[in-house]
Amino acid sequence: MGEVTFLDVSKKFSLRVDGMLHHVQALDRVSFTVKDGEIVALIGPSGCGKTTALRVAMGLDFSTSGRVTVDGREVRGCGHDRGMVFQHAELLPWLSALQNVMFGLEMKGMRGGELRDTAEKYLDLVGLKESQNRRPHQLSGGMKQRVGIARALAIDPSVLLMDEPFGALDAQTRESLQAELLEIQARTGKTVIFVTHDLDEAVLIADRIIVMKGGRVHEIMTVPIGRPRPDLGVVRGTAEFAETRYKVWRALHDEQVVH
Amino acid sequence: MVDIADRKPAAPAAERRERRPLPRWVITSISVGCLLVLWEIFGRQINPVFGSYPTAIAVAFWELARSGDLWVALYQSLQPFFAGYLLAVVLGVPIGLIIGRFRTAEAAFGIYVTAGYAMPLVALVPLLVLWLGLGFAVKASVVFLMALFPICINTWLGVIAVPKTLIEVGKSFVAPDHVILRRIVLPATLPYIMAGVRLAVGRAVVAMVIAEFFTTISGLGAIIINSANNFDTATMFVPIIVLMVMAIGLNSLIGYVERKVAPWQAEIAGRERE
Repeated sequence: MGEVTFLDVSKKFSLRVDGMLHHVQALDRVSFTVKDGEIVALIGPSGCGKTTALRVAMGLDFSTSGRVTVDGREVRGCGHDRGMVFQHAELLPWLSALQNVMFGLEMKGMRGGELRDTAEKYLDLVGLKESQNRRPHQLSGGMKQRVGIARALAIDPSVLLMDEPFGALDAQTRESLQAELLEIQARTGKTVIFVTHDLDEAVLIADRIIVMKGGRVHEIMTVPIGRPRPDLGVVRGTAEFAETRYKVWRALHDEQVVH
Repeated sequence: MVDIADRKPAAPAAERRERRPLPRWVITSISVGCLLVLWEIFGRQINPVFGSYPTAIAVAFWELARSGDLWVALYQSLQPFFAGYLLAVVLGVPIGLIIGRFRTAEAAFGIYVTAGYAMPLVALVPLLVLWLGLGFAVKASVVFLMALFPICINTWLGVIAVPKTLIEVGKSFVAPDHVILRRIVLPATLPYIMAGVRLAVGRAVVAMVIAEFFTTISGLGAIIINSANNFDTATMFVPIIVLMVMAIGLNSLIGYVERKVAPWQAEIAGRERE
């Protein structure tokens, strides 16, 4: 289970810049559905509302009108049915990698030996069993984000929400983590919604791409590449990849939209 | 994995041990040594009523120590000092955490903390003496009141500086408020708390001496007053220096505790080896 529905979601907020009050329409009647087990990318220029949409789905921000449901239940705050992966991992610096994963589990009420075993299992899943006792500053950027993913996955949510999870990483680390994400998703069957500004990433990983502009859903595109995608290098070489990438690029550069 | 942090540094340690900087304690000792020598040279040229110098103070220290007066006074002073100081830590940290974390608490009580920090306590000591007498209670209260506010304010500012995203990590895992406070806000605020606790040492020492000046019947403050009244400047300096040395000792003790309870902080700042 892990179906996420946005129904006419709008969000306005006010912002004071140099003494002037600005009203920002972060989300404007956003509606879409993400099916169970699907991977969906939210892409768009900065300020288009993609991160806000993700935060509303997580329950960290609230919509002004409309609603988001997960498996039919309306989102009214954070919940264990959703796991969040933050842009810069946001590990707690005083805890080891293992303790960071355990933190999420403890909040879910897990205790004792099961707690440690589960945390170790998920660190193993992201390939970090050897480094479980390191503290965040002793981990590289890629390893930190792996811990972030393990922490979110460990609570066994039905939906994984990721906010530009690989945006801060170097190209090589990013590619290996993209492949790992696909593999983990194939193994766990989680629904994944991720925000990105990287065209390649959106096409490589997602089943569908939601292009957002000015707080609205501008276009929803299906990526005509089946899954599993065991070798992303091969995917990059396909005509479908190039074609979809171009279509998304066009959608992003389409100036005919009325804002 | 492609992660660079997995690789071990290959350079042998022997090759890079050419120029090691002087240890900190050596530099500190040289600094203190120079100061003492200069003080000795210039201090000897001054009338002993108006000033003193290290060797004279050392002799006075020996006299006071041998007669036992110093230890009795120190004992009398340290009891209220630690009682007031520890109570300030125990109460100041939670108050600061709550004021920093909860808007209502900040609006309701923040103003008293800010005002309390600037409170001219010296002026209030006579009043406290009227309330609490001349003994232990009044000294401990003065120390407590002086130490409480810097701890409170530092903790409060520290809470405000906690990155919002760390709190959102707690929220996204549905952590209740008190768990976020204890397991995220408190550890993230520790460096600020420790800074407040350190600042409070100095203020608590001053507070203790002030309290003893007003009560004048016991402790190190009494030695200061009595020897000043007898124009025995060298003896007057003994408790002053004992107190300053004690404050330095307490500060390094706090630094040690900080590295024990918050080792990640020193590691992140790259001061691991000090």
